[in-house]
Amino acid sequence: MKPLVAAFAAALCLLTVALPAQQSAALPYTVVTRDAKRPLAARTINGQEMFALDDLARLFNLSVREDAAAASLTISAGGQTVLLSTQQPLASVGGRMTSLPAAPAREGRTWYVPVDFVSRVLAAISATKIDLRKPSRLLLVGDVRMPRVAVRVEGLGAQSRVTLDVAPPTGHAVSQEPGRVVVRFEADALDAPDLRANTTTDLVTGVHLGDTAQSVAIDVTPRLGSFRATDQPGPAGATRIVIDLLPQTEAAPQTPTPQQPQQPARPQAPDTPPLLDLPPAGGLRTIVIDPGHGGDDSGARGTQGTLEKTVTLAVARRLKATIEARLGTRVLLTHDGDQTVGLDQRAAVANNNKADLFISLHASASVRPAVAGAQVFYLGLEGYGEAAQRAVQAPRDALPVLGGGTREIEIIPWEMAQARYIDQSAAFARAVEAALRDRVPMSPRALQQAPLRVLVGVNMPAVLVELGFLTNAQQEQQLLADDHQSVLAQALVDGIMRYRAGAGGTR
Amino acid sequence: MSRRAVLGIAFALVAIAAAWVLFVGLPRWYSARRAASVDAAASAALPQPAASAVRKITATLYYVTEDGMSLTPAQREVPFAAAVTDQARAIVEAQLAPAVPLVSAIPPDTKLREVFVTERGDAFVDLSGEVASKHPGGSLDEIFTVYTIVNALTVNLPAIKRVQILVDGKEVDTLAGHVDLRHPLAKSLDWVIHDTH
Repeated sequence: MKPLVAAFAAALCLLTVALPAQQSAALPYTVVTRDAKRPLAARTINGQEMFALDDLARLFNLSVREDAAAASLTISAGGQTVLLSTQQPLASVGGRMTSLPAAPAREGRTWYVPVDFVSRVLAAISATKIDLRKPSRLLLVGDVRMPRVAVRVEGLGAQSRVTLDVAPPTGHAVSQEPGRVVVRFEADALDAPDLRANTTTDLVTGVHLGDTAQSVAIDVTPRLGSFRATDQPGPAGATRIVIDLLPQTEAAPQTPTPQQPQQPARPQAPDTPPLLDLPPAGGLRTIVIDPGHGGDDSGARGTQGTLEKTVTLAVARRLKATIEARLGTRVLLTHDGDQTVGLDQRAAVANNNKADLFISLHASASVRPAVAGAQVFYLGLEGYGEAAQRAVQAPRDALPVLGGGTREIEIIPWEMAQARYIDQSAAFARAVEAALRDRVPMSPRALQQAPLRVLVGVNMPAVLVELGFLTNAQQEQQLLADDHQSVLAQALVDGIMRYRAGAGGTR
Repeated sequence: MSRRAVLGIAFALVAIAAAWVLFVGLPRWYSARRAASVDAAASAALPQPAASAVRKITATLYYVTEDGMSLTPAQREVPFAAAVTDQARAIVEAQLAPAVPLVSAIPPDTKLREVFVTERGDAFVDLSGEVASKHPGGSLDEIFTVYTIVNALTVNLPAIKRVQILVDGKEVDTLAGHVDLRHPLAKSLDWVIHDTH
C-alpha cells in the first residue's frame, strides 16, 4: 500500500512540475445576455488573462478541432471558420491575419486562449453582437444595452453638483423622490462596477445603483430644496449629465447663492481624473510602461549587487500609481512581475493596447565607476538605412476585398513602426529630459538617439529612460531608495504632462 | 632593328623599376616612417612583435574615454594583410587585445571567431559568447561596444560599408538588451570624441 501512495504522490508532483510555471485563477468575467447573467471563468497564464476554449465553445456554440500536425486549432461557428495557431499569437479569420497578445496555452487537455480572442476573433465571425469590456470584466452577448456610467460629486458652496458620464449616450430621466434623486436609464443594465461617491457634501450622502439595475440613486439630506439637470456632450462621445442640487433657502431657489460664483467645474479638484476611461479630447488614453529586463535577464548589476530588473520594476510600479493618481490615464506594464519578456512582446503590449505613449525604464552600467546621471534615449534611424526610409513613406496599397472592390491599406513593416514617430518621440524625449533635469542629476549625454531594439517596433511616441548608473555606488543607493524612486516617478509624470501640453515641442 | 630592341628592353626595365618603387618600395619606406613616429605611450601599451619583417599598417582603434561618455580613437600598428577579410580580421583582433591603460568597451575574454565580408561591403564579425554574457549592461556602454567594432572596420577599411555583429555564429537581437543588432550598422562617429592627433 505504502509504495502505491508514494508513487501516486510522486506522479502528482511530476504533474505539478509539468504544468506551465505561472498560472493562476483570475477574477471571473460576467456574461450578460438580454435575459441572463452568468460567470465565465478566467485564469492568468504567463501574465495573460485567458478563457478556456471549451467554455467559449459551449457559450458560442463553436466546434473546435485540433490539427496537431499543422499546429493549429480550427474553430467553426455558424459556417464561419477560424484558424488559430497553437504556437504563435496569430489567428486567420476569413483569410485575414489577426494578432493576439499571446499564443494559446494548453493545460492538460484544455486549450486556453487570451481574452482578446473573444473581441478580435469571435466578434468578427459571430452573427450576434459580442462586446468584451475588460475594465469591468463583462462580456455582452447580443443586443444588450448596457451603458458605462461613472460619477463624481462636488460641493460648490451651499450647492452640490453630481456629474454622471454615460457612454454610449443613453436616454434617461431624473426625478426627485423622498430622500433621494434617481436617474433612470433606458437600458437593460448599467456597467458601473465601482459606482460610488468620491465625496459627501452637505446635500449628498452617497451614490449607488438604484432599486432597479437601470437606475442610479443619489442619497440626499433633508436640506435639499430642488435640483436642475442638464445634458452636455461629454468627452469622446459620452453624454455628461450634470445635476445641480440646491439647498432649501428662504430666498428664491432659482437664484444661485450670490457669494458663490456659479462657475462650473473643478475649483477644488485640480487633478480630477476623467470619470470614464475614455480619451479626453486631445489627451492620453493609455500609457504603457516597460520595466527593462526581468526574469532570466537581470540587466545591469550594481557594485553592491543590485539588479537592474529590480529597480526598473519598482520604479515602473510607482510610476503607474503616480500617473493614475495625477493624470487618471490607464497605465499598463509590459510585465508586472519578475518575468522574462521578449523585446518584441514589449512593443506588442503597447501596440495591441493602442497606447499613446511608451516608456521603457532602465538603469545603466559603465566600465567607469564614476559615471552617473540619468539619460533619455529615442530611436535613431541612421543604422537602418533604406528600410527606415521606406517605412517613413509608408506605401499605400490597394488590396482586393472578398466580394469585390478594393481597400486601401498602409503597409508598415512591424519592425519599423517607430520610424513614423521619430519627431514626436524626439519631442517626448525632450520633455522627459527637461522634467528629469529639474529633479535628478543628469548625465552629460542626457538626450541621445540610438538604434535601440525595444523602441523600433513601437507604433507610438516612445522613449527609453536610463534612470541612473548602478555601477556608481552613490547612484546605486539612490536608485534603491523609496524617496528617490518617488522623485523619479514624479519627474517622469511631469515629463508626460509637458509633452501633452506641447511644451516639449519647443526648446 | 637591334637598337630598337635594346631600347625596348631598357624601357621595360625602367618601367618595372618604377613600378617596384611605386607599389612596393615607397609604401614600405612610408609605413616604416609611420611606425617610427607612433607615440611612446602607444608603443608601450601595445608591445610590438619582435619580427620587424612583418608588414604593418596603422589602424584607428577605439577605447572608452576617461569620463566614460565617449569613445576615443587611438592609432595602433596591426599586421598588414592583402585581402580585405584578412585585414578586417587583423584589425578586430587588435581591437580585442588588452590595451592597458586604455579601457575597451568590449568585455574581456571576448574572442574573434570569424569575419566574413560580402561583395556589397557588409562585414559580419562573429564574436564569442563573452561579448554578451560578460557585458556589464547599460545602453551607453552597449552602444560603445557595438560602435567600437563597427567603426574600427568602417573607418580603417573603406571597402567595408556596414558591420553586423554575430555571437557564437548566430545573428542576435542585442548584446545586452538595448542596441538592435539584427541589421548591419553603418559607421557612426556620434559616439567618438574628435581626434586630437
